[in-house]
Amino acid sequence: MILVFIEHKDCVLNKTSLEAVAAAQSMGRDLGMEVAAVIPCAVDCALAQEIAAYDVSKVIVAKNAKLSTYTPDGYTDAFEQVIKATNANWVVMAHTYQVRDFCPRVATRFGSEMVGDCIRYKNEGGQLVFTRRIFLGKLDADVTVGGEGPHFVTFQSGAFRGDDAAAGTASVESMDIEVGDIRMRPEEPFQESKAAVDLTKSEIIVAIGRGIKSEENIKVAEELAEVLGADIAASRPICDADWLPIDRQIGSSGQTVAPKVYFALGISGAIQHIVGMKNSGAIVAINKDAEAPIFDIADYGIVGDLFEAVPVLIEEIKKAKG
Amino acid sequence: MKFIVLMKQVANKDAVLRIRGDEKWIDESDISMQTNESDGYALEEALRMKEAVGDAEVVVCTLGKASAKTVIKDALARGADRAIHIVVEDDSELSPFQIASAIADSVREENADLIFAGLQSDDSSFGQTGVVLAELMAIPHATIVIEIDRESAGDTLRVKRELESGWYQWFEYDLPALLTIQSGISQIRYASLKGIMAAKKKEIREVAPSISDFAGAQKVRKVYLPLKTKQTQMLGNGDAKAGAAELVEKLKDEVRIL
Repeated sequence: MILVFIEHKDCVLNKTSLEAVAAAQSMGRDLGMEVAAVIPCAVDCALAQEIAAYDVSKVIVAKNAKLSTYTPDGYTDAFEQVIKATNANWVVMAHTYQVRDFCPRVATRFGSEMVGDCIRYKNEGGQLVFTRRIFLGKLDADVTVGGEGPHFVTFQSGAFRGDDAAAGTASVESMDIEVGDIRMRPEEPFQESKAAVDLTKSEIIVAIGRGIKSEENIKVAEELAEVLGADIAASRPICDADWLPIDRQIGSSGQTVAPKVYFALGISGAIQHIVGMKNSGAIVAINKDAEAPIFDIADYGIVGDLFEAVPVLIEEIKKAKG
Repeated sequence: MKFIVLMKQVANKDAVLRIRGDEKWIDESDISMQTNESDGYALEEALRMKEAVGDAEVVVCTLGKASAKTVIKDALARGADRAIHIVVEDDSELSPFQIASAIADSVREENADLIFAGLQSDDSSFGQTGVVLAELMAIPHATIVIEIDRESAGDTLRVKRELESGWYQWFEYDLPALLTIQSGISQIRYASLKGIMAAKKKEIREVAPSISDFAGAQKVRKVYLPLKTKQTQMLGNGDAKAGAAELVEKLKDEVRIL
């Protein structure tokens, strides 16, 4: 059996879990195994019926009062018991921040490891081979799992499409879970600053990365944004340095965008950035490093100094616009 | 208090990577190496904790080959008190469980109050060595920590975790605990000349680990350049200005935003 983890907060679904459902269904077909969805919750989770409308054999609500909010100790105990109760062979999860927090711990209890952040898998005669990005996206590695299992695999956001999760009807089963001591006490989650800028609505985005080199240089990008009628955005290092506010950050810890055109200036293209912009219509990358992973997903690439390219770009666009 | 910081040596960010003959890793024989980025921030957090609590010791622990000594020496120069070097001549085929087990064996008797690690390594990017280590040592863990309430340090400690999409959450942890630190959360100090001199007298204890086979290990079958998912039109042929001019034509004719 394959278990797929359904992530939620206060019984509201984290939609990337549907990508995990699609992945688990695909693996289920390849391995000839049933898929069951697992929802840790304090109550008979309202989300269970929503998930029961997908093609899974059952939805298991792993229930304990201590699971009202996420803690790594609580979720680790919950998963350990569900895996034992179901004799699961595989556990599939979306590679979210929450999953990377507790999944390796569960795997360790079963003498296994998490094959984490996979971007795809292939079936070689019943043996699944997973592909992971390594070296900040510069290389891929094909990986196989070892041992008897259960095996743990997590998929990067976008590796599967939530829309591809097949519909069906499943029964809902409530499973009372023992949870041991919780050694951490969570406070309420909060947003640091309300995202004043909603970049998800932008038609054109000019984004800058480490290659911009200094805060003063940002004006070059701002000028390009102005002639294009674009919004300015950035990769994480720029916001960490406070050169641009956090609500301009694109990527896993910032906003996820899909504008018509995305200009990546001096952005190497670390995975954490790429997940936030790879669905853009056209991607333009300007970077001095020809090996930068951003060029793998770019539609147009210029290898060279952005401080040479961008002023020419601004002038030519001005001319083109008359 | 006692703090342990896990630090790894990885290929330099800008290094040109060549794939090794057996296609299972890169050829590390002739490339520049550096301290894994988030591990540098883990060290910085440990040093700041030490300054906040006063009576504390910071112990760096590195698993890696002889050349990883440069990571250790740099950490000692920046203010760590001593180091444990788990000497492994080739760690490229070790799995996260094997690495965490070797570290657990080497640091268990230190009885540290806190173990700091980077969020993930920039080479193999397993993103789990710290969490696995916490489970092996039966202590709680927090990942993606971006702030530590140093004033709160005692039997417990408050830490701020980054969630997704701009959300954050504070947790109070029982100690001992293991924290994995996000990159970019502070300004990392440089080693002073005094620090570099002082580091020469600091202890580096070498440990020869016994690493056994682990049935559940994930195994790399092949490492290769990412398959291109898109046909990228490269413009300018290395001339940035010419590329910009060509790009404007594309924006006009193909992307049609001008």
